[in-house]
Formats: sequence, C-alpha cells, structure tokens
Amino acid sequence: MVTLTALEAELLEVAGAVPDPELPVLTLHELGVLRAVHVRAEDSVEVELTPTYTGCPAIEAMSLDIERALHKHGIRQVSVRTVLSPAWSTDDISAEGRRKLREFGIAPPRARDACEPLLIELGPTRTTDPVRCPHCGSADTELLSRFSSTACKALRRCLSCREPFDHFKEL
Amino acid sequence: MTVAVATTAALALGDDALVLSHRLGEWAGHAPVLEEEVALANIALDLLGQARVLLSMAGDEDELAYLREERAFRNLQLVEQPNGDFAHTVVRQLYFSTYQHLLHARLATGDGPFAPLAAKAVKEVAYHRDHAEQWTLRLGDGTDASHERMQRACEALWRFTGEMFRPVEGLDVDARALETVWLESVTGVLSRATLTVPEGPRSGAWTAGAGRQGVHTEPFGRMLAEMQHLHRSHPGASW
Repeated sequence: MVTLTALEAELLEVAGAVPDPELPVLTLHELGVLRAVHVRAEDSVEVELTPTYTGCPAIEAMSLDIERALHKHGIRQVSVRTVLSPAWSTDDISAEGRRKLREFGIAPPRARDACEPLLIELGPTRTTDPVRCPHCGSADTELLSRFSSTACKALRRCLSCREPFDHFKEL
Repeated sequence: MTVAVATTAALALGDDALVLSHRLGEWAGHAPVLEEEVALANIALDLLGQARVLLSMAGDEDELAYLREERAFRNLQLVEQPNGDFAHTVVRQLYFSTYQHLLHARLATGDGPFAPLAAKAVKEVAYHRDHAEQWTLRLGDGTDASHERMQRACEALWRFTGEMFRPVEGLDVDARALETVWLESVTGVLSRATLTVPEGPRSGAWTAGAGRQGVHTEPFGRMLAEMQHLHRSHPGASW
C-alpha cells in the first residue's frame, strides 16, 4: 500500500466526488472505479481510472468530468489513465453506493463469494441469495433479460408488486 | 516474448472480437424481441471494448479496423459467418463464447501480456456464454420448428469450430486441452437441448486453415465493405 500525501488524498476526494455519468446517483468513489491519484509535479496530476466493463462508453465522459473537477480545484495539468488490472468487480461498489442504488430503484449487486476460484463452469449466476425488489423488498422476483439498458444491468420483474426493475449484475 | 509475437496474438483475438461485434450489431432493428435486441447489442459492446484494447496492443485501433484489407484480418472464419436466422446466431454464440470464456480464463491466470484484459473479459464473456446456453436449451428443446433450425445451424457451423484450437503464436495456452474441455461443454449443452452433436469434420483441407492466416469466406468481404466504407469515404472525419 502506497502512502498518500495530504494533497493526493485531497485530490482523490475531489475526483471521487464526481458523479457517474450514467448513474448520477453514485459518485466515482462509491462505484469504486477511481484507483489512484499521483501528483507528478506541482500543478500536474495523473489519475488512474478503471472501467466497469471493458467496452463501457462512460469511461470517456468520466475522464473529462475528472479533468474538469481537478482543473476547477486549481490543478493545471491533469491526465487520466485507464488501467485494467486489477479488474473491477461489483464488490468494489461501497456500502453507501449499494444503498443509493436501491433507493434509486436499482437492485444492487449481491456480494460475490470472496473465496470462489476464478474459473467456474456453472455460468455467471452463482450466488444463491435472491435478488430483492428495490421497490417493495420482496425476494420473489424473476429474470426477464440478462442484459438491460446498459451492459452492467439485467432486467427483472417483481412478482409481488409487479414492477419491472434493473439489477446491477454481479461481475 | 517478442513484440511481434504478441502482435500476432493480439490481432487474432482482437479481430475475433471486432468482427463478431460487428455481426451482432447487424441485429439492431431486426432481433425477434426487444430484450434480445438489447442483449445482442450489449454483447457486441463488450466485444468491441475488448477489441479496442487488443488492437491497441497491435497498433492504431482505427487504422487496423478500418484500413486493412480482407487478407490482413486474422479472425476465425466462425465469427465472420453471416447472422443467418436467429438459430445460426445462437449457435455461433455458443461455439464462440464457450471457446472465448475457456481461453480467457486460462490467459487470466498467467502473467502474459493478455492477463489484465483476460481477467476482465472472462467475467463479461461468462454472461455471453450463459446467454447462448440458455437460448440453445430453449430453442433446441422447444418446438419442432425451433429444434430443426437449431440442428441445421449446429451442422452448418460445425466445420468452422476446428480452427479455434490451432495454436496461435504468442498465446500461452494448451490448445489441445482447451479443445477437450470445449467439446465436453458443447456436447453437454447440445445433449441437454435434445440436439445431436454433428458428426462431420470440424475442419478440413478445403477450409485452408484459415482465418488466422488471412483466408476468409466470401461473406466477410461484404461485411468489411459495409464496416469500413464510412471511414474510407471520409478520411479523418470526426464527430
């Protein structure tokens, strides 16, 4: 673990407060995609950002928003670098982020079993807890489609209150 | 590992992802139901993201995607096959996503140049594979009409599956072992779907080897013409 300087910690907070362009209810910090801020020289900062999905089109908007926020904070030169490793997982979404998703009407991802090996042949739906309806809390919900409005969500329907809802898929 | 060797492998995997992404994108506006349209577009988007990372390892992504001739592409012939009916698309997805999932799972555990991407891709492709398997079960074990179409698609694409297990320079995987696991998995899914595993050869002299050496089937030229024409007609244009 690298120790952050006071300035880096401050800038990480500024960049982390930027809202996600597709799910503005979450900040980039809560989504867990902001990996590091390095102060390279006075007035020059490098930010490491990781995509949720490899093809996530929001990454470009995120980079621009981070640049804008840091410029506003007085940093003249900001470069945002995309890093792939270690791969982002839905476990990187903070507890606060999960609460906000639920409030926003999106079922948050379930925790992936921390001890599961990477190579599993059973398909992606491995956890056994039910996906709860974000509207009424019922566990009686069904999958309508594995892919929804964005790559990171699945479309489900609640069988109790009959409302359709998005579920942030475990990744 | 030399740069050239990594480039060969990056082109092979990047072209697979790019070409299949384009084929799946062709379903936009034509899929049987809205949910499926969204699903196929999302799978295409995942593949496009993977293609961008891989092609960028080999050079300039736009130049590679839009300015190469057909013979310079290194994708498998399987992924360039036309969408056909929905059964053809499902079977193509089953054959390819099973391979891609097994391949990335192996690459992700190594420390080669593809490990960071593979660690991400393996999680995305797990959903593609699940999607293909669920449709295979539903259509294979569905009505007489859906079963027959699925069986026809399984047979038609079978001859393109052998190419996936030819060793690729720069890819540190045991192609034979990969093939064994692939066959086991696909055989299991087809059997559960009440489909018959095709008996014909999975490649032959006539297939020439083939996509990995730049030899492609006729429909690929037409696909490329459509994919590249805008960029070639307006060089340097941007939004």
